[in-house]
Amino acid sequence: MRNVRAFAVLILLVGVALGYFVYSTQTGTSGWAFKLGLDLRGGSQLVYKANVSKIPSSDVNDSTDALRDVIERRVNLFGVVEPNVQIETVNIGVAGSEKHLLVELPGVTNIDDAITLIGQTPVLEFKTERPIEERDKILKQIEELKKKQKAGKDISQELSKLQDPYYVDTQLTGRYLSKATVEFSSQTGQPYVSLVFNDEGAKLFTEITKANIGKTVAVYLDAQPISTPVVQAEITGGKAQITGGFTPQEAKLLAGRMNSGALPVPIELIATNKIGATLGEGALDKGVRAALYGYILVALFLIAWYRLPGLIAALALLVYGVIVLSIFKLFGVTLTAAGIAGFILSLGMAVDANVLIFERIKEEKKKGKTPVAVLDEGFSRAWTSIRDSNISSLITAGILFWFGTSLIQGFALVWAIGILVSMFSALVVTKQFMKSVYLK
Amino acid sequence: MFVIKHKNIFIGIISLIMLVAIVLTFAWKPNLSIEFTGGSVVRGEFKDARPTTETINSYMASFITNNKIADFKIQPVGGKGIIVRTRDLTQEEHGSLIGLLSDGTNIFTESSFSTNGPSVGSELRSKAIISIALVLVLIIFFVAYAFRSASRVVSSWKFGLSVIFCLVHDIFVPTGIFVILSHYIIGYEIDTLFVTALLAILGYSVADTIVVFDRIRENLKFASSKEIFEDVVGKSLRETYVRSINTSLTTVLASLAIFFFGGEATKHFALMLAIGITVGTYSSILLASPLLVLISGKAQRKP
Repeated sequence: MRNVRAFAVLILLVGVALGYFVYSTQTGTSGWAFKLGLDLRGGSQLVYKANVSKIPSSDVNDSTDALRDVIERRVNLFGVVEPNVQIETVNIGVAGSEKHLLVELPGVTNIDDAITLIGQTPVLEFKTERPIEERDKILKQIEELKKKQKAGKDISQELSKLQDPYYVDTQLTGRYLSKATVEFSSQTGQPYVSLVFNDEGAKLFTEITKANIGKTVAVYLDAQPISTPVVQAEITGGKAQITGGFTPQEAKLLAGRMNSGALPVPIELIATNKIGATLGEGALDKGVRAALYGYILVALFLIAWYRLPGLIAALALLVYGVIVLSIFKLFGVTLTAAGIAGFILSLGMAVDANVLIFERIKEEKKKGKTPVAVLDEGFSRAWTSIRDSNISSLITAGILFWFGTSLIQGFALVWAIGILVSMFSALVVTKQFMKSVYLK
Repeated sequence: MFVIKHKNIFIGIISLIMLVAIVLTFAWKPNLSIEFTGGSVVRGEFKDARPTTETINSYMASFITNNKIADFKIQPVGGKGIIVRTRDLTQEEHGSLIGLLSDGTNIFTESSFSTNGPSVGSELRSKAIISIALVLVLIIFFVAYAFRSASRVVSSWKFGLSVIFCLVHDIFVPTGIFVILSHYIIGYEIDTLFVTALLAILGYSVADTIVVFDRIRENLKFASSKEIFEDVVGKSLRETYVRSINTSLTTVLASLAIFFFGGEATKHFALMLAIGITVGTYSSILLASPLLVLISGKAQRKP
């Protein structure tokens, strides 16, 4: 029986190590800290419907990807840490599916500004270099703001006042553009976008190039520099080129957007959500407290009803808990309030298999079998009902994932992970613990 | 076994409860959340004491008429907070609403705001119904498959059928209770978390019923030819009801922990689960097996 005990001790040690991992990575700025959903950390969420009805179905994914890139660029303007911009394919019953654009802005509670910013038509700007002293001053400001945001403060006010550290605006913008076309360099074969300004724009462009010979002039699209050529000489005639290492497709898309001034796919705001940071924090604290009390209640019940086996199951439940939490961390599962509820619930469900086994063992004992036989019989005979009942739960979790908005999917995922790990914890962890306690 | 002997009484009483719940659900239309209907919810706190609902309504009078807002509900929460529910607001309307709630000195600070367009809601509604139907169908197939070995005696479809009848009961009784709550208390609304709770209850309750049916399956295998089906079921039930109750109890304890100690967002969800799992447990003991005996057509004959 040495081996059984050694294995049980090993499981315990792994459990302790995982527990330490879960705990220690939560303090400080570890990369393994839990990923929290917006409802727990505060922030804004915007959901847009992408109207792809006029796009041929073979191009839908390309154009929604392009849409995501554009929106991502605009969102980056906000300077948010870890913004999340993603395209979701949402099943709507039998009617097929539609594309949604999900924008999540942690820490931003000024939702109306965010909506305005994202809804803007693209802006083409030409900018010139900012003097070095000014640049350093702004860079320092940005550093301070980042620290503030990490500390969980609302910085949307200051962010809106922040200036671009590297470049200053000029008067020349896309307003003076008369057309944009794709051309190919005769030497390299590389595609570039050729811009033709109107008379007024041509005049401005001449002035800018004249004043900045030897320096860079930046071409900004949606507040993002896409090309920063060095001015070789004054340029008259009102023509400019943007060479940004594009693929022919990107160049075509860019030129098209500049001409139309619109997003690659029209979008419509269908839902918004804003959660204040304090509200989110409160929800997190309460979730942790509920998990603790939930565990204590379940453990007390197990010990009161089943005595020593119950104590073992309570210990195995702890191992179960740290395994699940470690999985959340390792796979970067985003925790939401519903997800935490799912985890607590799974604490109650995870011991189900234990209960089934203990009851079975009691029965086998009554039949007067030896302890060894009782244990093995108990575990193997309880297996079919454990398997079948867990499969039905997994079916439900799968459908929940399909049904779900992101909130529900969080719950479904946590639940499914819980079911799988609980089978392991009941059939391996509890069994080893029981054997090492009961067998002589 | 007591339950099997008086199966008709149990089936009768439980069916009656179920009928009442179904009638209630359809007669008192439950409140749907903005996820299903579209609309806006503003939540926030006043700096000083909360003005009375009448005062707030008077602040809002011109706003409501100017913007033609038909439904405008104010729910006080906590010491100084309120939740305002209304149709979906535009950016400008939202801005003026927040402005109007403050009267200069008693500043209103918004803590959360959600808006859903009307189109999302109808999609989600049909999806919710499809999901529930899909769970029912998949489970009946799974049970029929898992109990195919028992079909030597009783068709495995009859196992599936009893499970489904139970599940319909398990959906409507908690929904009925929720409808009663939402009838009397503002804030109890049917939202996506409610649907999640229902689906979770379905999954869980089936798991519970399967424990009993699994034992019937096993006992049938070893049953002597003299035992009648009814007795096999009764014996299986007697052997398993303790574990059936205990497995549910641990989960109910966990949901109660969420209800009492957890965050605001998951309170109703946890309550639904606690109710649903309790309901699912009594139905799997008092309804599923008696029903199986009833529809087996083998009540008095040898297996």
